[in-house]
Amino acid sequence: MKSEKMKSYLEPEFIIERDDEKCTRCKICIEQCTYGVHYYNSKNNIVRSRDENCVNCHRCVVFCPTKAITIRRNPTQYTENWHWTKEVITDIKKQAETGRAILTGMGCDKPYYTYWDKILLNASQVTNPSIDPLREPIEIRTYLGAKPDKLELEMKNNDIELKTKLTPQLCAETPILFAAISLGAVNFNVHLALARAAAECGTFMNCGEGGLDKRLYQYGDHIIVQVASGRFGVSPEYLNAGAAIEIKIGQGAKPGIGGHLPGEKVTQEIAQTRMIPVGTDALSPAPHHDIYSIEDLRQLIYALKEATDYTKPVAVKIAAVHNCAAIASGMVRAGADIIVLDGIRGATGAAPKVIRDNVGIPIELALASVDQRLRDEGIRNKASIIVSGGIRNSADIVKAIALGADAVYIGTAALVAIGCTLCQKCYTGKCPWGIATTDPRIAERLDPDVATKRLVNLLQAWSIEIKEMLGAMGINAIESLRGNREQLRGVGLTETELKILGIKMAGE
Amino acid sequence: MDKGFLHEEQKSFDLSPVTLNDEVVTINAADMDYRTLNSLLKSYSNSVKRIVVYNVHGQRYIGAGLRSNVEINVHGTPGNDLAAFMDGPTIYVHGNAQDGVGNTMNGGKVVIYGRAGDVVGYAMRGGKIFIRDDVGYRAGVHMKGYGDKRPIIVIGGTAQDFLGEYMAGGVLVVLGLTLKNGENHKAKFVGTGMHGGIIYVRGQVAHVGKEVKIMELEEDDMALLRPIIEEFCNFFGFDANEILAGEFKKLVPVSTRPYGKLYV
Repeated sequence: MKSEKMKSYLEPEFIIERDDEKCTRCKICIEQCTYGVHYYNSKNNIVRSRDENCVNCHRCVVFCPTKAITIRRNPTQYTENWHWTKEVITDIKKQAETGRAILTGMGCDKPYYTYWDKILLNASQVTNPSIDPLREPIEIRTYLGAKPDKLELEMKNNDIELKTKLTPQLCAETPILFAAISLGAVNFNVHLALARAAAECGTFMNCGEGGLDKRLYQYGDHIIVQVASGRFGVSPEYLNAGAAIEIKIGQGAKPGIGGHLPGEKVTQEIAQTRMIPVGTDALSPAPHHDIYSIEDLRQLIYALKEATDYTKPVAVKIAAVHNCAAIASGMVRAGADIIVLDGIRGATGAAPKVIRDNVGIPIELALASVDQRLRDEGIRNKASIIVSGGIRNSADIVKAIALGADAVYIGTAALVAIGCTLCQKCYTGKCPWGIATTDPRIAERLDPDVATKRLVNLLQAWSIEIKEMLGAMGINAIESLRGNREQLRGVGLTETELKILGIKMAGE
Repeated sequence: MDKGFLHEEQKSFDLSPVTLNDEVVTINAADMDYRTLNSLLKSYSNSVKRIVVYNVHGQRYIGAGLRSNVEINVHGTPGNDLAAFMDGPTIYVHGNAQDGVGNTMNGGKVVIYGRAGDVVGYAMRGGKIFIRDDVGYRAGVHMKGYGDKRPIIVIGGTAQDFLGEYMAGGVLVVLGLTLKNGENHKAKFVGTGMHGGIIYVRGQVAHVGKEVKIMELEEDDMALLRPIIEEFCNFFGFDANEILAGEFKKLVPVSTRPYGKLYV
């Protein structure tokens, strides 16, 4: 084998264009780039670039004081071919040169339908009044957890009081929660910002499967702690530190395969929280080795409830797959208070590209079928539904709730808010924005105060927009929107699609 | 050898579900559901030194999430997830245990005067589990360890397949005391996915995962092993020297990063 000497046939994906007139040779781009793209040639007093290293993260573009840098997709094309695209050809070459599976980050970027864009919202006209959210109260608070089958009331001190004992609930002031992003996939500064922003907005952040730094326990009332198959960082203290516990069975970016934190990111700090050797790949295999059935799932749900004295709701998260409606029914019957569905657009810090781009189903279809199934079986009240996987804006959220969700998780959108540009290279651990890195020298780029502010701003902006849309529909409480598919109409969808989504065609 | 707990104590049991006597609580678990039993255990775990539970018939989660130094004596057959997430107590099981003993256990001790089922010590983070006889599949799967936190599992008999799977830390000891003369351990895929920790096996291992290398014991290993075996022998009445005189092998991961070269 002469593989060491093999010439690479790969071409740079991006081309850096530097306006030499604008460039002051300040070398900030060299400092900012963690992939070693820019370098200074002192002989000619010029800054040059190694295009092949560029991931198009825009760090240099944003930080260049004279805006001298433009990054373009390499315009050099293979002979145009709809079937054998540039991506396909590049992937084959990469694999022929390495013999390895291709790893990637973030969510599926393939052009499958985004059904949100084929669903339109209703508004009130003439016969039912719309509500002006600027002057009238609109309730977007949401309670997440199992609801009783019926309410029993009793008279006490001349007042009606609730006799039915409610199981624990999460009270979210806005139906937007931060999705599970593990410590290890991101660094402590990101976790801190998410926790603070969740606390400030009266909502929740999910700490992911890599444990929770003790410094964040003070935000515990706004944290959902996750338990995955690797059980990283899961101690009795951890289980009791959060407001709820989530069992992660699967995630939308990689249904059927487990967590994979590449060794590059397993620093001393991460190794300590996860209790694994430094530099090892932190593996969380797809199956929990004590769960092979709904009955086994029930066993873990109740083990967690026992360990926390039945004081916290237990959520179970699965990736949206073909038979997720039947599985969701089992999850509810197993005792899950909240079920979480993560669609094919759900992101990750690291997943085999082939899995990310080909496995799973769109969250819109999964949500509609799960909600319908639970209604048909008369158990929809027994669990709340949180959906995630590519929620991009407040309209996606309103459509999701009308389709049957109680709330949404946002992961990618939250990271974009604090600097992420979706370059998809999270697995390298070199994130130049200081997000998907555990290298302390890069992580310090992320100012937790600024990041908190940006996240709070995003939730605030979306909450206002949600109220605007509700008001336009003449609805003054998000409770009245949940599962209210009459407020939705489809455009450009087949009859089968409309049937699965449970919505009418626009004009009907 | 059971230190005679069972018979001696059963004489003094009366039929009421809970008897409080000095610093010992006695619970009759007959017909008691697990939630009632565990809430009793929880409510007494910080106020008494010892809890004796008898007529245990498969109640799950005994000791789950308990965080105190109480001693619990379980007579009968505890159900799955005994000592799950436990942090501190010592549980003696006078009988066999089922699946999931010490699931994600953080600290404390479990001593089983019998055998245990599958996934013993799943993702165990600290504390010790001593099992007199055999165990089922996947004992020690995902066991962890870091710095001073070093969980220990000792299996007196033999284990089934996937022993120490995905092991990332801690010490797993299999003594083979239930094997007949000349009989070997039958477990296959021992240490599959292992990337940390140590497995010591007394006797011949049939088959190991590709992530594992088999080594001879050195002085350091004996220094680590001796007190562990002695503690085991204290509970079950075996002779530590006799056990240590047997032939041991050490199983360790080939690499801390077994799958690093599969991805680009």
